[in-house]
Amino acid sequence: MSGPSVYQPTNSVVKWIERRLPIFGFMHSSFVAYPTPRNLNYWWTFGAILSMMLGLQIVTGVILAMHYTPNADLAFRSVELIMRDVNYGWLLRNMHASGASMFFVAVYIHMFRGLYYGSYKEPREVLWILGVIIYLLMMATGFMGYVLPWGQMSFWGATVITNLFSAIPYVGDSIVTLLWGGYSVGNPTLNRFFSLHYLLPFVIAGVVVLHVWALHVSGQNNPAGVEAKTEKDTVPFTPYATIKDMFGLSCFLILYAWFIFYMPNYLGEADNYIVANPGVTPPHIVPEWYYLPFYAILRAIPNKLAGVIALFASIIVLAFLPWLDTARTKSCKYRPLAKQFFWIFVAACIGLGYLGAQPPEGVYVIAARILSVCYFGYFLIVLPLLSRIEKPRPVPNSIADDVLAKTGNKAAPMVSTVIALLVAGGLLVGSGRNARAAEEATPPSQSWSFAGPFGKYDRGSLQRGLKIYKEVCSNCHGLSYIAFRNLGDPGGPGYSEAQVKAFASEYKIKDGPNDQGDMFDRPGRPADYFPPPFPNDQAARAANGGGLPPDLSLIAKARSYERGFPWFVFDFFTQFQEQGPNYVSALLLGYEKKPADVTLPEGTYYNKYFPGHAIKMPQPLANGQVTFDDGSPATVQQYAHDIATFLMWAAEPKLETRKQTGLVVFVFLIIFAGMMYFTKKKVWAEAH
Amino acid sequence: MGLEKTVFLPPRGSRAPAASRLGVSGRFHPAQFMKGFGIVTTASSADQPTRRDFLFVATGVAAAVGGVVSLWPFISQMNPDASTIAAGAPIEVDLAPIAEGQDIKVFWRGKPIYISHRTKKQIEEARSVQVSSLPDPQADQARVKEGHEQWLVVIGICTHLGCIPIAHEGNYDGFFCPCHGSQYDSSGRIRQGPAPANLPVPPYQFVSDNKIQIG
Repeated sequence: MSGPSVYQPTNSVVKWIERRLPIFGFMHSSFVAYPTPRNLNYWWTFGAILSMMLGLQIVTGVILAMHYTPNADLAFRSVELIMRDVNYGWLLRNMHASGASMFFVAVYIHMFRGLYYGSYKEPREVLWILGVIIYLLMMATGFMGYVLPWGQMSFWGATVITNLFSAIPYVGDSIVTLLWGGYSVGNPTLNRFFSLHYLLPFVIAGVVVLHVWALHVSGQNNPAGVEAKTEKDTVPFTPYATIKDMFGLSCFLILYAWFIFYMPNYLGEADNYIVANPGVTPPHIVPEWYYLPFYAILRAIPNKLAGVIALFASIIVLAFLPWLDTARTKSCKYRPLAKQFFWIFVAACIGLGYLGAQPPEGVYVIAARILSVCYFGYFLIVLPLLSRIEKPRPVPNSIADDVLAKTGNKAAPMVSTVIALLVAGGLLVGSGRNARAAEEATPPSQSWSFAGPFGKYDRGSLQRGLKIYKEVCSNCHGLSYIAFRNLGDPGGPGYSEAQVKAFASEYKIKDGPNDQGDMFDRPGRPADYFPPPFPNDQAARAANGGGLPPDLSLIAKARSYERGFPWFVFDFFTQFQEQGPNYVSALLLGYEKKPADVTLPEGTYYNKYFPGHAIKMPQPLANGQVTFDDGSPATVQQYAHDIATFLMWAAEPKLETRKQTGLVVFVFLIIFAGMMYFTKKKVWAEAH
Repeated sequence: MGLEKTVFLPPRGSRAPAASRLGVSGRFHPAQFMKGFGIVTTASSADQPTRRDFLFVATGVAAAVGGVVSLWPFISQMNPDASTIAAGAPIEVDLAPIAEGQDIKVFWRGKPIYISHRTKKQIEEARSVQVSSLPDPQADQARVKEGHEQWLVVIGICTHLGCIPIAHEGNYDGFFCPCHGSQYDSSGRIRQGPAPANLPVPPYQFVSDNKIQIG
């Protein structure tokens, strides 16, 4: 900002520095004295929220990189070791994964705010384009980040997205090979994605600096769309906007904490808890939710190259907005027609998002085509047309007038927009039919002691489940992420140190080579992991009729099923996330007499809940097979419940810590948000 | 548009903004602090702390406490994780294959540990020295287990700057560190050279005559 500085430090050290590098004056004029329109609403707090999220992602990311191994053979395990062994590793990983989603929630709100209030119009065109660049960098960063855990979705998502470039004529395949560093997605790909994923957030930070600089040249837009003219129109950034941003931040943190501590896997895919297998594509490949609308557009167009062009065009078109929408009135508040089309556009985006997650068949494809036309139509037809024919309502004379005109009904616009969003979302989501629910039987929901915000593992159930695993399941299934010492960890079966040592010593662990060069067996120690029943996958297949019994360490998180609308909405609030244990238990009890009209392949058995109904594993449990010292009934129902509980613990040993920490954090955040609310009200009492 | 001039707006009304009113108890003068940084606020008319001040202070304290507490996981994650701690559990070493005069090197917690089967001559030499003349006075008896004097168990890291000394070298039939010439005797004690301390003895005990547990 040019002009005489009002910054007058009196401290001598500050003056000394200021004369040589005027950084304090710069900070002062940018973030303390900076004139901010006094009529901004809460949609304007998302800039600060985004800055905080970028900082948080960088900090948690750098820390995760201290423990992560970017090698195809080691990556998946290194992520699980972060979750299990690193101090607070589960917290850092959840923060980073949920943080990515929250980052995109905030950026979409920030962008829609820009669309609604015309923040891309003159003189803010460069500001807007810088924002589009930041958004593109975010998408690249998020994509590469999702590949790093090297799960099934990571691998196959990488394969699909990198294959997009093969649509380019002549050079497409060479480009794809260059990206892969090999003949398919593999270790070279993972390594370079890790390097770039570490780099890009700092590039984003640099572009954010330009973005804020461009913002400070023109000043903020505001809900009236009228530029600030006099002192009466603005307030100094500190304390007014600072405090308001902090209040918005504290509310945002509550939502963030809900994901971190209570619903960490809600926005993810169960398939990503299965290690990447280049030989098996998951039945439904789905990108992360924030890419879904673009994924729907890509799949809607039957031609490969045209689909890819449409995908990139759907993002690039944003950069041209200032020249597509040339209406002089900035804010949709005063543009009745534009406002209606805006909400239709929002509904179309949500609809496209829903369709991106559905299988590309039947009515979904038709709907995706219609909505893709709506999406492009909004930018290329509606907005230019409205610029010419719309008669806007008169805007206020100044920001100060806008503030005075408000009769205390500031909440109304916010509430009405939220309601509209919910209705649009609900209508579009409800109008789609869930094609998959009909074919598969849904496992019944059981009651689990570890469910809900105060869930805990039933220690007796864990110990019985361990016994069942040891006597029955371990003959074919490994449990390679559980070490004997974990049996003594808090929040688990609760063995004492002596019991752990005794339990471990019963096992024979392969060790060596000794001085003769031979491998030998020795008794297990607490630090050892449960040994696998077979030395390798081929031996496992040979012993099981060609089928590979999966390792059970993560099975309770690697299996899920559709809950359908509206249940998946309620689940978010009730914290339902027990699809895995429900499935495991149902499967074990789901062996039935095969229906007459079904033919089963040789060597398989009919199971009601196994996808495709033909499972290679015979009924593993029978009444009386395992006896319990605590007198629990030796029935298959008891076994199924206990083994599912035990396997949930094996998949997530830190569940109890997570929920307990979550409670403390939530109480603090709610109290803090309340305090920030009253602080904000007091600080702003003078401004209105 | 007309935003070339950065103007700091004086707050309206007789009540000053929050900054000047924090900590009105008298000891901490945020107004002065802010003034040092060039943030000028108008004087407040009232001197008594109000409910508003309590709110601001309480919120500030809550934010600070929340911030500091949230910092702990970021720092704690750098401490050894559970698998590292588990891998550092005590190990058992069988001494039977070690002949008299021979020594072996084992690793525990990433550190090399020399286990020496000392000869009678080595034990004699170690015990005949006047303890007070040593740079780091320590009797040989204090560095071995009673009844097992022939076994010397020391961490093989030179106490100077961390190189691994070579066994059976040097003027004292002990260890010689090639990096800067420190010489240790047959009890692992520093005799000559820049190292300040004797080779440390790790925690260990005899579980049987021929087996020790280190750690």
